[in-house]
Amino acid sequence: MVKKQAGTGPLSRRPDNSAFKQQRLPAWSPSLTAKTVLPTFYILSLVCLLLGIWLVITVENTYQLKVDYTNSGSCERCFELRKNATNAKIPCQCFVNFIVPKLFQGDVFFYYGLRNFHQNLRRYMDSRDDAQMVGRKKNLKTPSSYCAPPFDYDAGGVPIAPCGAVANSLFNDSFSVTYHPTTARSALVPLYRKGIAWYTDKNVKFRNPPTNGTFTLQQAFEGTTRPLYWQRPVYDLDQSDPLNNGFINDDLIIWMREAAFPNFKKLYGVLSRSQGPFTEGLPAGNYSISINYNYPVEYFRGGKEVVISTVSWFGGQNHFLPIAYLVTSGLILVTSFVLTAVYVKVGKKGKNMEE
Amino acid sequence: MGSLLSACGLKKKKKAEENRHLRANDREFNFSFQYANNAIKTSRYNIFTFLPLNLFEQFQRLANAYFVFLLMLQLIPQISSLSWFTTVVPLLLVLSITLAKDLSDDITRHKNDKHVNNREVEVLIDGEVKKEKWMNVQVGDIVKLENNEFVTADLLLLSSSEPLNLVYIETAELDGETNLKVKQALTVTGDLGNDIQRLAAFKGEVHCEPPNNRLDRFTGTLTVSGETLALDNERILLRGCTLRNTEWCFGLVVFGGPDTKLMQNSGKTVFKRTSIDRLMNVLVMFIFGFLAFMCTILSIGNAIWEYQEGESFIAFLPRPDGANASLSAFLTFWSYVIILNTVVPISLYVSVEILRLGNSYFIDWDRKMYHVKSDTPAQARTTTLNEELGQIKYIFSDKTGTLTQNIMTFNRCSINGKSYGDVVDFAGQRVEITEKTEKVDFSWNPLADPKFSFYDHQLVEAVKQGSPAVQDFFRLLALCHTVMPEEKTEGELYYQAQSPDEGALVTAARNFGFVFRSRTPESISVMEMGVPTTYELLAVLDFNNVRKRMSVIVRSPKGRLILYCKGADTMIYERLHPSCSKIMEVTTEHLNEYAGEGLRTLALACKDLDEEKFAEWKQRHHVASTAMDDREAKLDAIYEEIEKDLQLLGASAVEDKLQDGVPQTIEQLAQADIKIWVLTGDKQETAENIGYSCNMLREEMKDIFIVAANTAAEVRKELVNARKKMSPESGDEPPIMKSRLWGKKSQVVEDEKVDGEYGLVINGHSLAFALQKDMQLELLRTACMCQTVICCRVTPLQKAQVVELVKKHKNAVTLAIGDGANDVSMIKTAHIGVGISGQEGMQAVLSSDFSFAQFRYLQRLLLVHGRWSYLRMCKFLRYFFYKNFTFTFVHFWYGFFCGFSAQTVYDEWFITLYNLVYTALPVIALSMFDQDVNDRWSFQYPQLYSPGQLNQYFSKMAFVRILLHSCYSSLILFFIPWAAMNDTVRDDGKEIADYQSFALLAQTCLLIAVNVQLGLDTCYWTAVNQFFLWGSLSVYFAVTFTMYSNGMYLIFTSSFPFIGAARNSLSQPNVWLTIFLTTILCSLPVVAQRFLFIQLKPTINDKVRHKVRQSKAMPLPPPRRFPRRRISTRRSGYAFSHARGYGDLVTSGGFLRIPIKTRPTIFPRSETPVADSTPQTYRAIYQESASS
Repeated sequence: MVKKQAGTGPLSRRPDNSAFKQQRLPAWSPSLTAKTVLPTFYILSLVCLLLGIWLVITVENTYQLKVDYTNSGSCERCFELRKNATNAKIPCQCFVNFIVPKLFQGDVFFYYGLRNFHQNLRRYMDSRDDAQMVGRKKNLKTPSSYCAPPFDYDAGGVPIAPCGAVANSLFNDSFSVTYHPTTARSALVPLYRKGIAWYTDKNVKFRNPPTNGTFTLQQAFEGTTRPLYWQRPVYDLDQSDPLNNGFINDDLIIWMREAAFPNFKKLYGVLSRSQGPFTEGLPAGNYSISINYNYPVEYFRGGKEVVISTVSWFGGQNHFLPIAYLVTSGLILVTSFVLTAVYVKVGKKGKNMEE
Repeated sequence: MGSLLSACGLKKKKKAEENRHLRANDREFNFSFQYANNAIKTSRYNIFTFLPLNLFEQFQRLANAYFVFLLMLQLIPQISSLSWFTTVVPLLLVLSITLAKDLSDDITRHKNDKHVNNREVEVLIDGEVKKEKWMNVQVGDIVKLENNEFVTADLLLLSSSEPLNLVYIETAELDGETNLKVKQALTVTGDLGNDIQRLAAFKGEVHCEPPNNRLDRFTGTLTVSGETLALDNERILLRGCTLRNTEWCFGLVVFGGPDTKLMQNSGKTVFKRTSIDRLMNVLVMFIFGFLAFMCTILSIGNAIWEYQEGESFIAFLPRPDGANASLSAFLTFWSYVIILNTVVPISLYVSVEILRLGNSYFIDWDRKMYHVKSDTPAQARTTTLNEELGQIKYIFSDKTGTLTQNIMTFNRCSINGKSYGDVVDFAGQRVEITEKTEKVDFSWNPLADPKFSFYDHQLVEAVKQGSPAVQDFFRLLALCHTVMPEEKTEGELYYQAQSPDEGALVTAARNFGFVFRSRTPESISVMEMGVPTTYELLAVLDFNNVRKRMSVIVRSPKGRLILYCKGADTMIYERLHPSCSKIMEVTTEHLNEYAGEGLRTLALACKDLDEEKFAEWKQRHHVASTAMDDREAKLDAIYEEIEKDLQLLGASAVEDKLQDGVPQTIEQLAQADIKIWVLTGDKQETAENIGYSCNMLREEMKDIFIVAANTAAEVRKELVNARKKMSPESGDEPPIMKSRLWGKKSQVVEDEKVDGEYGLVINGHSLAFALQKDMQLELLRTACMCQTVICCRVTPLQKAQVVELVKKHKNAVTLAIGDGANDVSMIKTAHIGVGISGQEGMQAVLSSDFSFAQFRYLQRLLLVHGRWSYLRMCKFLRYFFYKNFTFTFVHFWYGFFCGFSAQTVYDEWFITLYNLVYTALPVIALSMFDQDVNDRWSFQYPQLYSPGQLNQYFSKMAFVRILLHSCYSSLILFFIPWAAMNDTVRDDGKEIADYQSFALLAQTCLLIAVNVQLGLDTCYWTAVNQFFLWGSLSVYFAVTFTMYSNGMYLIFTSSFPFIGAARNSLSQPNVWLTIFLTTILCSLPVVAQRFLFIQLKPTINDKVRHKVRQSKAMPLPPPRRFPRRRISTRRSGYAFSHARGYGDLVTSGGFLRIPIKTRPTIFPRSETPVADSTPQTYRAIYQESASS
């Protein structure tokens, strides 16, 4: 940059001769020429093809099985029972049988799936109070206004914890899976039901109000009441493990992570491969699911299912991306041929480029 | 000034003044009328009013008001689909940027006001002359001005130091003219002189018109001791003028401060908007409609959903009290209005302003538009019109001072059949004159003008040798003129010529040894080859338009009576003695040659008179000159009698010097398909001549039509004939495209096809007819078919009318360029006004949008800056709309999956920051720096300019294409992630199809896709572009990870609920595979389509870029060479100013400022000298309009 001249003198108002001011900044001006475009297309086509093939192979090695139990098997009875809200307190257990055709090798994940359940409605999603669920004492008893009535205070004006429509509608079916091998005795499929939520959710986003040795969780939640639809209070969700209670209950955390779409599945448990026939994974054979059928889906014309799946580096079984990559690869290739043809026929001679 | 007036109006609603009444030296009396004092206020705000007033003004803008409306919607909990900050943050940002800009503007204005208000002037207070600040000067005060001082306020001139109470003023600041003008005080007040006692006792009362903006008119009366005298403009000194050559003068303040004509005139700046602006407004309206349409669809969807599904979901999500499907749909409509508001982003307007400002700075900074000689850089005075510079279709240019330098140089002459002025080498070949050519040495003549240059030595030799013909020739030039000399010190001569041509001729005579030194009404003193000689001046036969010649009759010291005559060759030739026929032939040849070179020629002749005949003629002349009726005609007849049987002396040729580079510039602009119309006050011949010399009229043109008729019918006939000739099949009815826009009917005349180039010259008289309502379109059709149009003898008003005509009926952008006050009207009327700065006048520059020192910079302004600005603006808008539509449409698609519940796809913070942070800088960098090809190639291919004229880069069609493109992109950007994530999990089996992960994925896909699109749109990757692009992406990831971090969540729990989403989701390979796929699918079709178009239908840009690539190895093309045009034989105009001459003044002596004491006999006549001669006040505007 030329140093700015003093205020007077014959050329005092002459603009600086800098590349920036004179718009002569060094620059790279790429343009779409055959030399750059055509190779790019071919290479991208190849890349997509390879990725597609790789993904197809990967996805082919992951397995997924869906068992709809909305009203199938013996669950039809429960389905009918749940149609009437007054029966909400009446327990109902049912069974569904299914066959695993092939060994599910490796880690096997059990999900519960809901169909046509709109966790993504704006008013539904807003109806929660993160400040409460992070265990702030102040917020515990003053639920946020976002937990719109009737999910903030109960009829007696007692604050609800956790408040809001999301927590209120917590999925409360539970199920256990039994393996019926042809040669041996039936065995209950052991599931880990903990450690299945995101680490950040479990440790940061959800926290219980402070407790200590003498001050129990129940005492901490004193002055609040359980959500309307819940049968047990929040500090007593997991009767088997007192540490999995309160806001940091894994099932609650997973439920609170609202799904983006109306059909979704949420992790229920992971196969424990420590013992018996399950060290390799989930063996092929007959299975049955025993379901405590509590959650009414008839209201929203929804469906419930159990999803059993293995995963790979690519996540669960998902056929879309491999196919999408293959299709894309094909499209790019076709386009490349067209472009090449046009270039050879018209562009190469540069006739059009003349004025 | 509108703002000023309104600001004043706000303060005190003063009743409109009908009549001004004031009394000199009586502040109390004048105070009762509450006239404004002399303080001016151009600032808009003060400390207290700044914030409220500025905010009030800002909220009057549609966009800001819209955002306030959105904000209010967001405060309704049932509707609010986004947090308040999504609107407040951008709004605050926008408001504060505008606030800052307005603040700095106003501070500048305050400073200027303060500076002006604190100037000091001497005021007569209580019988004493005291220094007083300008702002304290009151109406009715008497002020004393000294030489070279600015006139404080509008003053009634009372008395002056000069004889006859004359003062000389320069009105450059007012109307741009630098020639001095004369004002004269009334005798009654003039007698007061500088007698302070008498002045203090002066109790004159003035009744006059209320403040107005007419510079040329003043009506009022002065009552002094019972006697009432009429006042007119001749007695008024206007604020803004400067006193010159006058020792002192006294004036009575009539109008002060805001009431002065200067202030009343300054401003009413027409707020100009570009065609892109107008298009944008249309589009924004369309977008509003589109927004409503989308919201309607979504709310209908919501109604259906609520009816079918929502009913069954009540158990989990009860509706608010009293809500049903239709109320829900209604609320949803407004919720979606909030969510989808990003289709009309507030940041659009801010970004547009920023990049226009940036591009204006590039104009200011351009060294290639900086004029070294006058130290004047180009200036973008209006920063909001840049892109329109790339769309100019019509240029309206002034001639004098714009195309030409208004400098006349004596170039050639033909004396006694011999032509001088050419430089010839030994072989007899003409040598081109360059800077190096040796000049003739005039040092032998102590009185020579050092600035005068001449190259032909033969002529000097001839003079020195005393050749009688040559001497007679220069004697004539020294005697026959109306120039006023001014000799401040011995030998330092200045000529005040009415027309520069005359000045040039007299200067030539001076250098060749015939120095015109002084004149009195009856004599002319000349130094003839060192010998002082005085001629008795017997008569001046003045110039006028019909006569086209002037003569003087003098008696030489030896007693010879001679008539010297110079004038148009046609006129002179008719009056020559038959004996001259031989010389005539040769001279005609020379004249043709000179004319062919674009020189302005005069023929010179003289004649000896017979004493008796002259005495008799003089008698009749006196009778005619005192005749009460038809004096002009009678005088002409008398003159005719004596101007005959002349002896031809020769011919002179004066060059009307063009500005540098004018022909090249005009050729370049013509190549860019820009039509140039010259609107000049000059006469037809001169204008035509300039037309040829600057390449606008060309020999190869098929025809040049000249419309010079005297009746409306004839004008129409000539126009129609011309049109029929150019395009025989053109119909009688103009091809009108009617369109209605905002209820305003507009008639647009379509272009008609013509093969071949034509030119049109139309004179002022015909133009007046042609501009009448019923003939306007005829004129327009004919004129627009021609490549070049020259309008001569045009008044300022007509200039504006012509511009207005084209502006109104042609769908084209117009530019007016000029340098003088008479161009102001057209500069203000045209879409873009350009002022030539660096010369004396300021008025044109002050009302212009762009200014620079030389006409030739126009090509750089248009072909480089304008083209780039247009390109950049269009790229910016296309990209901006693309990115925002794509952004918004994704919400639309998501509506179908979330029960039309107005759930957003993205994180609210992303919505807030998308336009402001993540995508703001890269697009600004794109639209600041982008250039398809550099400036040299832009010059090389002026055709690159045409896409702008045709609105090709951004139009309604382009907008629809953007819409479709965005639609495609948004489909990809929503459905690919949807399908990929719908039913999948992480590699550890945990959730990834949750709302937050999906939102993160969707926004990341979007951001990367729009950035890739930006990359595809960028032609010129500077480091800044790279930095902003990568920087923005990094900032996105950095901000995202920060906002989704533990710390932020624990501090602001409810504001950042997305904790962990980034960590848990962006670590997944399938997320990145999805991003990659969407990016490919969004960008490759664009690449393919562009590649195909380049191959199959390359635009001019593609072609030039191709050439650039080809020439990468080779050096850049040399700058365009312009072949020197070969000149044909045309007859030129001649060297006279078009206005009536100074003859009367010369003979009456009124103009001569020679102190009475030294020349007591100077005012021999009794009548008031100035009264019956019209000093050339505001000649350019007012006299001329009256005369034509």
